[in-house]
Amino acid sequence: MSDPFVIGGRSLSSRLFIGTGKYSRNTLIPEVVEASGSEVITVALRRVDPNSNDNIISHIPDSMTLLPNTSGARTAEEAVRIARLAKASGLGNWVKIEVINDQKYLLPDNAETIRATEILAAEGFVVLPYMSPDLSAALRMQKAGAAAVMPLGSPIGTNRGLKTLELLRILIAEVELPVIVDAGIGRPSEAAEAMELGAAAVLLNTAIATARDPLLMASAFRDAVAAGRKAYLAGLGPVEETASASSPLTGFLG
Amino acid sequence: MGFYETAHALGHQVNAGMWGQFNKEDVRRSLRKEQLDEHDLQVLLSPAAGDCLEEMARQARSLTRSHFGHVMQLFTPMYLADFCINHCTYCSFSSIYDFPRKKLSPEEVRREAEAIAATGIRHILILTGESRTESPVSYLKECVRILKEFFSSVSIEVNPLSEGEYKELKEAGVDGLTLYQEVYHEETYSKLHVKGPKKIYRNRLDAPERGCRAGFRVVNIGALLGMYDWRQEAFFTAMHARYLQDKYPECEIGLSAPRFRPFLGEYDSGHIVTDRALVQIILAYRLFLPRAGITLSTREPSALRDRLIHLGVTKMSAGVSTEVGGHTQQGGTPQFEISDGRSVHEISEMLKANSLQPVYKDWDMLDAGIY
Ligand code: SF4
Repeated sequence: MSDPFVIGGRSLSSRLFIGTGKYSRNTLIPEVVEASGSEVITVALRRVDPNSNDNIISHIPDSMTLLPNTSGARTAEEAVRIARLAKASGLGNWVKIEVINDQKYLLPDNAETIRATEILAAEGFVVLPYMSPDLSAALRMQKAGAAAVMPLGSPIGTNRGLKTLELLRILIAEVELPVIVDAGIGRPSEAAEAMELGAAAVLLNTAIATARDPLLMASAFRDAVAAGRKAYLAGLGPVEETASASSPLTGFLG
Repeated sequence: MGFYETAHALGHQVNAGMWGQFNKEDVRRSLRKEQLDEHDLQVLLSPAAGDCLEEMARQARSLTRSHFGHVMQLFTPMYLADFCINHCTYCSFSSIYDFPRKKLSPEEVRREAEAIAATGIRHILILTGESRTESPVSYLKECVRILKEFFSSVSIEVNPLSEGEYKELKEAGVDGLTLYQEVYHEETYSKLHVKGPKKIYRNRLDAPERGCRAGFRVVNIGALLGMYDWRQEAFFTAMHARYLQDKYPECEIGLSAPRFRPFLGEYDSGHIVTDRALVQIILAYRLFLPRAGITLSTREPSALRDRLIHLGVTKMSAGVSTEVGGHTQQGGTPQFEISDGRSVHEISEMLKANSLQPVYKDWDMLDAGIY
């Protein structure tokens, strides 16, 4: 069955997006890319140092679509400046907007994110906003021209899984854009669950970067995301509270 | 109401006799909790927790790795001037000591910056003694202008300033403020700070909050451990951090745990902080404030630093000289003796050998005019 996944005019075969932060060494990145089968990778522009001989960008295979993120931004203006700088430095026109004003839990600021989305989408960026799963905010981002929305499963770096499940369900049902679950996924089973639910893709970093064997974990996520997607396409059977009789109860009516 | 009032209210429940009331079960109960409160903080700083360091360490390490990953941010301090009008009984820069004082000229700042930037470091912390005549805000601004050419982040560790002055510095491109209270216990504070404006306890205590209000991205606080009962000092430091974190969620609050080091004069506080105690403090900070940056200075010996990198620390200084112009000139007076004299390269190699990635650049102040 063909199952195209298109973002910003680009057709992707993998629904697993990965990150570049938190690794013990940058040289792990190409190996993780390979093991995960991922085609989209986020990179924090604040960490990119063109003058360094260990520049993070040089470790990312050319085949990857770069998704520079605006991590560190605390206002829409900062996010916009970072996005423009990323584009000017040749990192392409995709951007993950991350505006965080809460350093205690690192929860995103949806209002500022909407503002940044409006500005950058109007400038022709492929905008993927990271957000708290709030329906009206997601719809505003859609209206502002976002290419997808990226609600969190639970706070970043916590590996707690899909704590926002009910809200994700609503977003998936109501938003026309691809919904990419970003942050909080700690286990392959949780990635599969998000995909079964109908998420278009998942983005994760900590779960792979901090695993004992990051490469094995990357391939576990590759399989889990593919399995979850297949299950979604196959259409999950209905869940019944009590066992249902295999012969219909009204069969006698003829 | 500022932290002074909060600390005052907390002070009624904290006394030397209280630490013995906790047992191992209390520690385990606190370790099982998701959100720790001030009671848990006391438990984690108590002697009972001193017997549970391994359990605390395991949890602290996993919290640190999941929130910060396998990375360590590196920075270097740059001493700009050692003129000081205060007399603090524990510092070589104290006004009572007679030595040729120095202050870097703009050309010297540039040369130091070149030397430090050549090591790869992109985050710098500038320090001065406390003198509004020798190192006024205008001088700091001039230095920052030069440093911005070389570094993506510049922080300051200078005398407490007004909110307006902090704003001016922020406008000039400073993004972080480090300001240690030194001693939270007010009476001891007054004894150790004999002369000069630093004597005004509250002016110092409220300064980090003025920094938060002025909009610095990062505000780093700490107690100089070894001046008074470390359990109490660590307790008030962590509560101060929590207070700032709650009130200024947009600001990243960091902690340092500097231990008192030998210096030019002689001072013995009688409050030794052992390695074991230092570890307990760092662990308690991490567990109580899972997202706070924790800085480890070169005051600590290399062997100990190499262990502490796994226990909650997220930022380290490297390639340090505590003399004015110490990266390009000879013969200055160090503020205190450092213990870990390794170069940036050596520290990076040590981190890599421990499966940690040294990060030289972690933020960029983008100029609004350009983008
Ligand atoms: S600690 Fe600071 S204020 Fe006190 S004497 Fe030293 S340089 Fe001056």
